[in-house]
Amino acid sequence: MTGRAEALDMPTRFIVSIVASLAALISFPGLSLAQTWDSAGLPQSAFGPSQTTSAPAPRRDLTGIWDAGSAGISGPGHVASPFTPWAQERLKEMKPGNGPRAVTEQFINDPLNTMCDPAGFPRIALYELRPTQIVQTPNQVLILYMYEKRWRVVWTDGRQLPKDPDPRWYGYSVGRWEDDYTFVVQTIGMDERPWLDNAGNPHSFGLRVEERFHRVDRDNLELTVTIDDPMAYTKPWTPRAKLPLKLMPPNTDLREWICAPSEAAAYRKVVDEQNKAATEKK
Amino acid sequence: MRHRLIGILLTAGLIVLPVLLAAHHGGASFDVGKELTLKGTVTEWVWSNPHCFLKFDVKDASGAVAHWVVETQNPTTMTQGGWSRRMFTPGDEVTVTLQPYKNGAPIGLVRSVILPNGQKLGAGGGGAPVRPPEP
Repeated sequence: MTGRAEALDMPTRFIVSIVASLAALISFPGLSLAQTWDSAGLPQSAFGPSQTTSAPAPRRDLTGIWDAGSAGISGPGHVASPFTPWAQERLKEMKPGNGPRAVTEQFINDPLNTMCDPAGFPRIALYELRPTQIVQTPNQVLILYMYEKRWRVVWTDGRQLPKDPDPRWYGYSVGRWEDDYTFVVQTIGMDERPWLDNAGNPHSFGLRVEERFHRVDRDNLELTVTIDDPMAYTKPWTPRAKLPLKLMPPNTDLREWICAPSEAAAYRKVVDEQNKAATEKK
Repeated sequence: MRHRLIGILLTAGLIVLPVLLAAHHGGASFDVGKELTLKGTVTEWVWSNPHCFLKFDVKDASGAVAHWVVETQNPTTMTQGGWSRRMFTPGDEVTVTLQPYKNGAPIGLVRSVILPNGQKLGAGGGGAPVRPPEP
């Protein structure tokens, strides 16, 4: 291309470069020629069969904004491996609005959906996994979630996970490249309070989560999340198995999505008032 | 090259954003088997998390007014379905199709709306909890 372009006159080179830039932009699944604000994610059509062939994956690079579309939402939660007696006890406290144990609105005690407690990890990866930006620095991989507008730090400086961690909502994470296209993250130290997912599945402080980010090619990433928590589950299980994520155009500006306690309270107040009015009428 | 470019742009123009199905905080309160269509006057449109909600008044034959509150999914999901924070103004006459609460309270989950200009918009959003397959 360069050799040919050199042989062309100035205006033609200009036109060639514009066409090349346009072609590069439209080859992204989101098809965004204009710079826009407040993107909610890729259109569902981006998750159908691809019309174009993606460029190969860059080596040891997850940089970009990734979207799993509706598959990332997982409103019903996930089917857990069999519970231990410890988990069975914990389940009695958890009243989810979704999944096989769903209760009606007034009984839901989901700390995230009723009070805007932090989703915590791994729930942030197992529920409402909306567009997520990955940034790499020389010693970290940063995962920036649109949902909740939160981030995680995955250390890549060779450190070991802490031996006696204080509980954290989002745990402690270290990562390493298993090969040039597979980045594996280990996370421990998660506070027991946040639920594992939207179905109100529990986890213990002993939970260990493995995330495998496999970059298939430039435009496609697969995420596998494995739960290993012998206190709560009789065997490890994989709520996300090769979840496909698509690369969004680099000029994507994501919406802000924050669970504000005052907004959640206002919503519940309205529902409660309506319920009360109906009861009084009877 | 030019023809291919035009072809791609035309195809993109024809793609319509589907409304994503996203059960959010829970839907066990809603009567999934029931659907009501009500005509009323908008009193407030609240564009907020975790759910947007529309308040509207419905007059029955005797002139009695019922105050309804109906919810949709969150602003992000609704934006993907073509909704916006400016789509209702108090005083708008709208037709709302909804799944009501099981307990008879004037609360519902929006299935679709017809705006004053006649435009109909689906709200998607499965309020019903979807049971995952057994392991």
